[in-house]
Amino acid sequence: MTLAPELKDTSPEKLLAPVLSAFWDEDESWTLDVYKRHEGYEGLRKALAMSPDDLIAYVKDSGLRGRGGAGFPTGMKWQFIPQGDGKPHYLVVNADESEPGTCKDIPLLFANPHSLIEGMIIACYAIRSSHAFIYLRGEVVPVLRRLHSAVSEAYAAGYLGKNILGSGLDLDITVHAGAGAYICGEETALLDSLEGRRGQPRLRPPFPAVAGLYACPTVVNNVESIASVPAILQRGKDWFRSMGSEKSPGFTLYSLSGHVASPGQYEAPLGITLRQLLEMSGGMRPGHRLKFWTPGGSSTPMFTEEHLDVPLDYEGVGAAGSMLGTKALQCFDETTCVVRAVTRWTEFYAHESCGKCTPCREGTYWLVQLLRDIEAGKGVMADLDKLNDIADNINGKSFCALGDGAASPIFSSLKYFREEYEQHITGRGCPFDPAKSTVWADSRTEVNA
Amino acid sequence: MTTSPSERGVSLGMPELPAPAYPDDVRARLETDAREIIARYPDSRSALLPLLHLVQAEEGHVTRTGMQFCADVLELTTAEVTAVATFYTMYRRRPSGDYQVGVCTNTLCAVMGGDAIFSELQEHLGVGNGETTDDGKVTLEHIECNAACDFAPVVMVNWEFFDNQTPDTAKRLVDDLRAGRPVEPTRGAPLCTFKETARILAGFPDERPGAVEASGGAGPASLVGLRLARGETAPARVVHPREGSSQDGDGAPQDRGAPEPSPSEHPSSHDAPQDTSASDPAHPAGPAAEEGE
Repeated sequence: MTLAPELKDTSPEKLLAPVLSAFWDEDESWTLDVYKRHEGYEGLRKALAMSPDDLIAYVKDSGLRGRGGAGFPTGMKWQFIPQGDGKPHYLVVNADESEPGTCKDIPLLFANPHSLIEGMIIACYAIRSSHAFIYLRGEVVPVLRRLHSAVSEAYAAGYLGKNILGSGLDLDITVHAGAGAYICGEETALLDSLEGRRGQPRLRPPFPAVAGLYACPTVVNNVESIASVPAILQRGKDWFRSMGSEKSPGFTLYSLSGHVASPGQYEAPLGITLRQLLEMSGGMRPGHRLKFWTPGGSSTPMFTEEHLDVPLDYEGVGAAGSMLGTKALQCFDETTCVVRAVTRWTEFYAHESCGKCTPCREGTYWLVQLLRDIEAGKGVMADLDKLNDIADNINGKSFCALGDGAASPIFSSLKYFREEYEQHITGRGCPFDPAKSTVWADSRTEVNA
Repeated sequence: MTTSPSERGVSLGMPELPAPAYPDDVRARLETDAREIIARYPDSRSALLPLLHLVQAEEGHVTRTGMQFCADVLELTTAEVTAVATFYTMYRRRPSGDYQVGVCTNTLCAVMGGDAIFSELQEHLGVGNGETTDDGKVTLEHIECNAACDFAPVVMVNWEFFDNQTPDTAKRLVDDLRAGRPVEPTRGAPLCTFKETARILAGFPDERPGAVEASGGAGPASLVGLRLARGETAPARVVHPREGSSQDGDGAPQDRGAPEPSPSEHPSSHDAPQDTSASDPAHPAGPAAEEGE
């Protein structure tokens, strides 16, 4: 490796910033011992030395924004909790990671669950909560095991329970496994589910900060948001702000998947581009070109090759017409039929629509019917406008963001790939061979490092 | 299987008879577990999802008896419990196999090979979506995105990860499951049965020695960025001989006159209305006494 002068822009050492993932490769990285060897629970000590209000202000000043999709400032969410109201306060961690393409919280919890637990203790101290919940999707039993084990380690070590580290803070954490419903990633549906009901979203206001779990003030945060807090406390808000941009500071996990040479987790300062990530990681699979990709899961409008240089932060992606979402970079190459991809996503939304509101329940159903016809070569040109029209009747008119998410792939694929839809109609079928998109399609490969 | 006439036939206006209760010893044991679950929450109703996992751990699926039990301990109506049990996909409404094999067919996994894996498994096992092999070992299902896209295509068995699958590895996997050979997930613990898995989901930690440690730390894809950041490894460059790809098939994508699957055979015909436990006369969800032993 004598490439030193060549490193510059695309050098992974410069572009990446592993913090949460910094010791995932260590033996037993999920244990308390290993976590403590990596400054674990040091952030908590610093937090407990502050007053809760100062702590909230500190997290607010750090600029940390929610990593679950919407990007709402974490500290501000905490600040919204009314104090001195005499009601119990709750922290609920949204670990219902189910957005298609999103795969960051699950590996994080599998390899480093204590970062979440430490962050939860800090958050509960700030918002004056003595009972917190982790709502984990049920379909990930290996992660559930590690959470059970981490929570019990934390109790045994005095980080949970009564009078934590002599601070007077009492805290219990309940690990709650869901039962299979994408909608429970929506924060108010999650609260209904956690209350033992069907997971259906609630009308807002009142917001969870006022009337959340059991109608008490509740903070709902994403796993990665909370897990980022201990590092901010330990290394300081200035360190955190030295990464990323003014409005999108800090580091985050980018999840690269699909037809790329090296799918996986890449932790980097906000604002890195897909081009940089691909250049450092070997690009698309050899012999193929990027066709379309999602910046933050299937609910974020898709991008194409022309967006390779969009800075992947909240503002950059927003300005380019999409959303940073969960930073789930699903990359598809030229072998992939965009109609097939969008049809499958739409089937997902139809399946996961909770049925509460009509635009989403009926709209996603009819989108699926139209898309299946088009994919099968039975569509007519007027169907394309109808797709657009139905999506328009879902978008912004549904009870929650699931409907908006369902409309996103429709709008964006029609915008960038309308010709491909037309091909399906005029050619009476799909012009693509699905076998060419599979991982093993190019199986005559050699590996030479 | 105790099936009342009203469950089998079409009843007009006759209310369904109450579900039979669990045998006393089973009920006593479950009540102890239920108390432990309820104690975790400030409000008892929050225990409903874990309790449904618990009764599923008892019988392998959520029966009317199980729902009655949940209703009794939480002081809810059976209608309230049924409304919840039928909303969530992880609660089974009929007897199924020891091993639930779920193939991800959401867009990314489907495109990367999940569709091919799912259709080859259906053919190999001779069962369709949601069906169980004759030996009662394997229930095949297609599932939605399971948050492992960097390991695509993904297969889950009893909700443990089997990453980077191909049709061949998946067929070997189900063959091993049916033959009772030990099977180890790429991420997760050595497989337990579906019922045992459901008990973990109810919030009772897996007590098997080594279960938490099994399969080690993060999977390989999770570490790619970390290794690059340390300058440890340049990613392996997979060099593909280009002559290979242009000769098979006819080169450019072309019209194949795509066959049109009927809605029920469509790989994701999952938005079709499902029978509810109470409206499905072919599978009355009474207590499966022989399973409950």
